[in-house]
Amino acid sequence: MSDFTTWDILRNLLLAARWTVVLSVVSFVGGAIVGALLLFMRIGKGRAGPAFVKAYVEIFQGTPLLMQLFLAFFGLGLFGIDVPAWLAAGVALILWSAAFLTEIWRGCVEAIARGQWEASSSLGMGYVQQMRYVILPQALRIAVPPTVGFSVQVVKGTALTSIIGFVELSKAGTIVTNATFEPFKVYGIVALIYFCLCWPLSKSSQILERKLNVAHRNH
Amino acid sequence: MSLIEITEVKKRFGDNEVLKGINIDVEPGEVIAIIGKSGSGKSTLLRCINGLETIDDGSISVAGAQLLPDEIHLKALRLKVGMIFQQFNLFPHLTAGRNVMLSQMVVKKTPRGEAEAMAKKMLERVGLGHKFDAYPDELSGGQQQRVAIARALAMQPIALLCDEITSALDPELVNEVLAVVKELASEGMTLLMVTHEMRFARDVCSRVVFMHQGRVHEIGPPGEVFAEPRTPELKQFLGML
Amino acid sequence: MHYTFDFGWLLEYWPVLLKGIGITVELTLVGGVLGVSLGVACAWARALGPGWLRPIVTAYVEMIRNTPFLIQLFFIFFGLPALGIRMNELEAANLAMVINLGAYGCEIIRAGIQATPKGQFEAGASLGMSRIQTFWHVILIPALQRIWPALSSQIVIVMLGSAAVSQIAAEDLTFAANFIQSRTFRAFEAYFVTTLIYLALAVLLRQLLRGVGWTIFPRRGAASRAR
Repeated sequence: MSDFTTWDILRNLLLAARWTVVLSVVSFVGGAIVGALLLFMRIGKGRAGPAFVKAYVEIFQGTPLLMQLFLAFFGLGLFGIDVPAWLAAGVALILWSAAFLTEIWRGCVEAIARGQWEASSSLGMGYVQQMRYVILPQALRIAVPPTVGFSVQVVKGTALTSIIGFVELSKAGTIVTNATFEPFKVYGIVALIYFCLCWPLSKSSQILERKLNVAHRNH
Repeated sequence: MSLIEITEVKKRFGDNEVLKGINIDVEPGEVIAIIGKSGSGKSTLLRCINGLETIDDGSISVAGAQLLPDEIHLKALRLKVGMIFQQFNLFPHLTAGRNVMLSQMVVKKTPRGEAEAMAKKMLERVGLGHKFDAYPDELSGGQQQRVAIARALAMQPIALLCDEITSALDPELVNEVLAVVKELASEGMTLLMVTHEMRFARDVCSRVVFMHQGRVHEIGPPGEVFAEPRTPELKQFLGML
Repeated sequence: MHYTFDFGWLLEYWPVLLKGIGITVELTLVGGVLGVSLGVACAWARALGPGWLRPIVTAYVEMIRNTPFLIQLFFIFFGLPALGIRMNELEAANLAMVINLGAYGCEIIRAGIQATPKGQFEAGASLGMSRIQTFWHVILIPALQRIWPALSSQIVIVMLGSAAVSQIAAEDLTFAANFIQSRTFRAFEAYFVTTLIYLALAVLLRQLLRGVGWTIFPRRGAASRAR
């Protein structure tokens, strides 16, 4: 009934999936950098820093990612620049990821036993030295599984960028559907491609978590 | 002038006054056991001397270094007094050797080679030279505590604070740690220890402090304190009533 | 930046927003209640269900947790009619939310059940309770109590995620914002106001769920209120 073979559909979708991957990687890496900066403000000694990060996290975790995308898209436009969808998508996803990552990591830092702070204090280390040599190396280790787990949310989050017009896997799904009139097949394949991207991440997060728990029990 | 001067120290947690004016002077080379019921304030006192708790009133000085709540004074003080904790608090991500090297390198800026030599020496001293590359979770509790002692010693403190350092150990591991402490005492290290090991206190310490309800209730040489307790509280604590 | 903000349209369009809020709240309530119920059923199936059911539930949970909500929504609304299953936008939106929350809920509740000591189940059995009774009283309720905060966060996440249902023309709050911006050309202001409303809804929903927690788990409630 249509001129598209399943292979045509799959090929087009896979080509578009590249952009899902690129956007995911950019968002995750960018989010990690911003998230790390926020983390230091959050656990730092000032008063304004933690308050700012708390509000930041509250806002980005308390509003839909779709709204954040719209605001980035139209908000950047207010500066008189013509905003390409990829830019708005990247900015919004980076800021959004940062909020979640900084919260995850804060939990990891707070999970480090108080005795570690006290022992390093008693040895004369200052705050920065304690962080650098004692707390962060340990927090980083327990942060790996939840961080990998969050990467799945980033990949799935990129699907919403199709709504502001970024052509990635979801948008390609809609375009191909409009050409083939085979939504069941097309969205089915789209879902499978997402699954193939996300499932290995989910699974490795689980495995890492289990490994960490076993290591913990040996202490 | 005494090595450690604790003068009229008061500490409050909310409405609860934990230390109600403590006065103790410690001479160089003295080994002092602090005994008392839980909640008597003995651990808090030790933590105050190391600046882990801020004091509300009074003063503490160690070899002339005053305890003041700013980074520079705290660091100066902590370089003079080492602290050993009940829960060892070794850094789990570092080997025994690296545990001992870390603070030398980052606090005192000792070059790596020198720090390593010092770490080897200190681990030898506590009988664990062969465990240099072992991680804390590969060591027994007694061994971990000995590494913690080596870690504190590597900073070359003039006094050591020991906060119930054998309380978290299985009974058969207590003696190996106490033997190290005894060795240190005989070498002339000034020691302040909160402990439940009465026999050790009697055999090794020069003075015993009995704390009760946030005050120094009795103080004296172990012979006196253990043999002729003057107050009913101490008698009760020692199981003589 | 030469731009004058204009919120004057609010006067004219607030009924549109109000209607959108109503739909979003309705979707969240239905999705929340049915989604948690589905999650409980799936958690039961994985813990104690018949052997053939477990892999099916596992596949469902993994499939949902590893694909975007938007695609689940499109598949249900655009794809399922190919199988003769037709529904309107709101039904599709509701179904997608229930299925989505069901999968996450299942995983969260399962984690709570796994933390229940094995002896509990045996104790229940030894008291002559049936499997279902034991599951309900000894396993599920304590598990729910334990994971209620996590489940609450997930419900809030699903509420925020429901913004995507505007894409199948379900007339929720985001749909209202899209409508207003297409009429007023005040895109930034429209989405800004809508975002604030979502934020308020999220805060309210969190409070509501906390209250629900206190009501269903009074023992825990008393303890946390005393704190």
